[in-house]
Amino acid sequence: MSDLHDITLVLNGERHAVRVEARRTLADVIREDCGLTGTHLGCEHGVCGACTVLMDGQPVRACLVFGVQARGRAIRTVEGLAEGGRLSPLQQAFIDEHALQCGYCTPGFLMLCTAILEADPEIGDQALVDALSSNICRCTGYANIVKAVRAAAAAMRAGTAAAEMA
Amino acid sequence: MTDALAPVKERPALARGPGKVVGHAVTRIEDGPLVRGEGLFAADVNFPRQLHMRMVRAELAHARILAVSTDAARAMPGVVAIWTAEDVADIPLIPFRATKVRGLEPYCQPVLARDRMRYVGEPVAVVFADDPYRAEDAAELVVVEAEELSVLLDATAPLGEFSPGQDTEPTIVRKAYGEIDAAFRDAHAVVELELSVGRHSGVPLETRGAIARYDAAHDVLELHGTAKKQHWNRDEIARLLGRPPQGVHLFEGHVGGGFGVRGELYPEDLLVCAAALRLRRPVKWIEDRREHLVATNHSREQHHRIRAAVDAEGRLLGIDDVFFHDQGAYVRTHGARVVDLAAGMLPGPYRLPAYRVAGHFRLTNKTPSATYRAPGRFETTFVRERLMDAIAARLGLDRVEVRRRNLVSAAEMPHARPLDALGTEIVLDSGDYEGLLDKALSRFGWNALQGELAARRAAGECVGAGLAFFVEKSGLGPSDGVRVSVDANGAVELVSGAASVGQGVETALAQICAEALGVDYARIRVVRGRTDRIEFGNGAHASRVTVMSGSATWEAALAVRAMALDTAATLLQLRPSDLTIRDGEVCRADGLPGPSLALAEVARRMGPNSPAMRGRTPGLTAEKWFWSDHMAYPYGVHLVLVRIDRGTGQVVAERYLVANDIGRAINPMLVEGQIVGGLAQGLGGALLEEFRYDPSGQPLSTTFADYLIPTIAEMPAADVLIAEDAPSPLNPLGVKGAGEGGTNGVGAAIAAAVDDALLRPGAVTALPVVPATVRRLLDTLA
Repeated sequence: MSDLHDITLVLNGERHAVRVEARRTLADVIREDCGLTGTHLGCEHGVCGACTVLMDGQPVRACLVFGVQARGRAIRTVEGLAEGGRLSPLQQAFIDEHALQCGYCTPGFLMLCTAILEADPEIGDQALVDALSSNICRCTGYANIVKAVRAAAAAMRAGTAAAEMA
Repeated sequence: MTDALAPVKERPALARGPGKVVGHAVTRIEDGPLVRGEGLFAADVNFPRQLHMRMVRAELAHARILAVSTDAARAMPGVVAIWTAEDVADIPLIPFRATKVRGLEPYCQPVLARDRMRYVGEPVAVVFADDPYRAEDAAELVVVEAEELSVLLDATAPLGEFSPGQDTEPTIVRKAYGEIDAAFRDAHAVVELELSVGRHSGVPLETRGAIARYDAAHDVLELHGTAKKQHWNRDEIARLLGRPPQGVHLFEGHVGGGFGVRGELYPEDLLVCAAALRLRRPVKWIEDRREHLVATNHSREQHHRIRAAVDAEGRLLGIDDVFFHDQGAYVRTHGARVVDLAAGMLPGPYRLPAYRVAGHFRLTNKTPSATYRAPGRFETTFVRERLMDAIAARLGLDRVEVRRRNLVSAAEMPHARPLDALGTEIVLDSGDYEGLLDKALSRFGWNALQGELAARRAAGECVGAGLAFFVEKSGLGPSDGVRVSVDANGAVELVSGAASVGQGVETALAQICAEALGVDYARIRVVRGRTDRIEFGNGAHASRVTVMSGSATWEAALAVRAMALDTAATLLQLRPSDLTIRDGEVCRADGLPGPSLALAEVARRMGPNSPAMRGRTPGLTAEKWFWSDHMAYPYGVHLVLVRIDRGTGQVVAERYLVANDIGRAINPMLVEGQIVGGLAQGLGGALLEEFRYDPSGQPLSTTFADYLIPTIAEMPAADVLIAEDAPSPLNPLGVKGAGEGGTNGVGAAIAAAVDDALLRPGAVTALPVVPATVRRLLDTLA
């Protein structure tokens, strides 16, 4: 293989130096070269959103980005959500609201919802539906995913308020 | 036969244990690793030195294979082997699980196409390489020379030849009872319909995957990435590859959705196993999405010609149905099961004096099909409920009233039909159908809705409401086993012969175990889907796990509890009947202070070296097997309000109610999750999802841009009414399966609502109801 490229990407705050073919997708780099298998592939053509990760804070389909395009970029995946072993409010809300069944789409939804809440924790109902319609879940029928996003937003508000009181 | 079925009102109160967790909406024990990205799905399984398998698939729907040229591919770097049919000629055709239907063997699929390719996507050759990208590169260089043959794409068309001496109709499933000719002769009216259901399927978000490894040190072939039917699959893999079953182990990790299609024995499963044995390296195969849509089981496509004989009051006198089931190119592991189920379950909730059905099981040049959530019921509920609407329209009766007149009443339960399905006699075990109908209509506000609809129509909107009644089946026997053990640290392990397809099996079984034993459900380890941990099992399908494995869990946990109380009673110098188990401590049942003993201590006292055992089989453990001759039949009502966009022809489901009596909800949160998720899949089949083909048999639905799965934007406001009015008398928990009721009635209810919106009874004759169809209907109305 003549077209190998040395790239470094920052994955959940950790630098990873990898040598990849130009055609290798970011999803495969994350999963196979960096060993973080929480990012799942559902369709490999950018429709289902299971492979959603955050690149410099923006949700992207890791199956539609080449590894070389992520050179030097900061990537966040589902493995980076819990802090010090404590689940993020969104992860906890997914459990509490039964927002997952088989769990295959869950990492993609968690990353998408993390981006949604970071951009606008008070996002309106229609805007939330529009944003969530970019990913597919085959198990839940989505209702509990919406509940989880709202519950996480409430928990984050309460957490912020508690921090300000302290 | 019905002696075992005591009427509901005479049943004792539902079983309760000290655990107080059954019936509660507790969170799932499965979820932690899944939200952390620590799951173990098929693609996450890796072994050192593994090879990657890539299939070469047929690109023609029907052709004679002249030559398969592999030289160029073989010369690619990293390629280790390439096989064609000759290389696997010793592997027999993939078998099917027996029903009463016989004679299907010649129509089964080989692991690689022999002589003929019969559908686009059929495996023709297979490449093994050291890297998945290189395997795919090499597969593209394999050249299949073939001579095109004429394609058969319509299951109602005249029969073709499958092979010399065999036509494209492997069997006709016939069932009948009562005086059908007399029913039609004496009828006040005969209502006839021609209806069809489109080809769609489960399409889980995780594609299939299989990783095989031969452990020479122990002479064990391991298969990872499995689901649903591990024990049957183990036995068949062993038989087909000439190994003893004890030398084959199947493992289940996380399963990214099953819905009927995953966990069946497919060509790729046998190929990775054969390759691991021959090449002496682990072999990994992960399906891509395009492959999935042409290679994994399709489902549903049926065409019905049905007629009903009714009296002047709209009561059914007889139903006569002839239908054609588009099986696709081969018989797969379900045999003719979907046809059998459709034929057996079509009468649904109605009193039916005479019935005759002929289900034509037809082969075409499409991807083979099998079960998908509510198999044979989504289809026949659509057909039967269309028929009930047509009867109402013909006789000028209200749609609800015509159903009331025909529903089997609570007093008639258990209701035996002279019919069978899946080899078991159909005995509707319990139910208050009309009671649930009333609850559902009231909860949905059906009567008030009629006024709202009139007002919205007057304002120019195109809106309508539909309903459908359904009967599901669940708890397919005949057996399943569970072993419950408490170790010397007090940890409880539950080993089940069942599997999980992501629906919450572990939590439900843990709740039942915790209830009976008196321990914390969240600390129970549930082992499933592993043939190395339990010798037998019947898997996870047909909404059977909560009924069968749940009942076995209940009995095994009660047995362990009795053992623990016996042992503790001796030590505490009390009678076992004076004791209970609370939070893992054996203590006085009356709540008075007194000595107590941790389960861990009891388990230690029952250890192999404990003097108390003295040669008796050690361990605080029990294995129980639950047997059932009959299925349990949940039932329910779907109600929907739709709006049609006159410009685009889009049908928007605004509001939906599923009312479902499941006997007893072990965890209402999980039950509701099953129902809403099932509803989403039903909506897909009713409005969006279809495997389409061009006239040459080329599949047109090969990406998620063409095969449309509902997103949140297509979901209505969904309400769920879980009823527990009719517990099943067939098991100690009173449970019935909850996995399929959410899907069952959607096609029927949507069709009825679209008719109502168009103010044209009988307008919808086919699913899915796509915008083009609605536009055509709107044009013909104008």
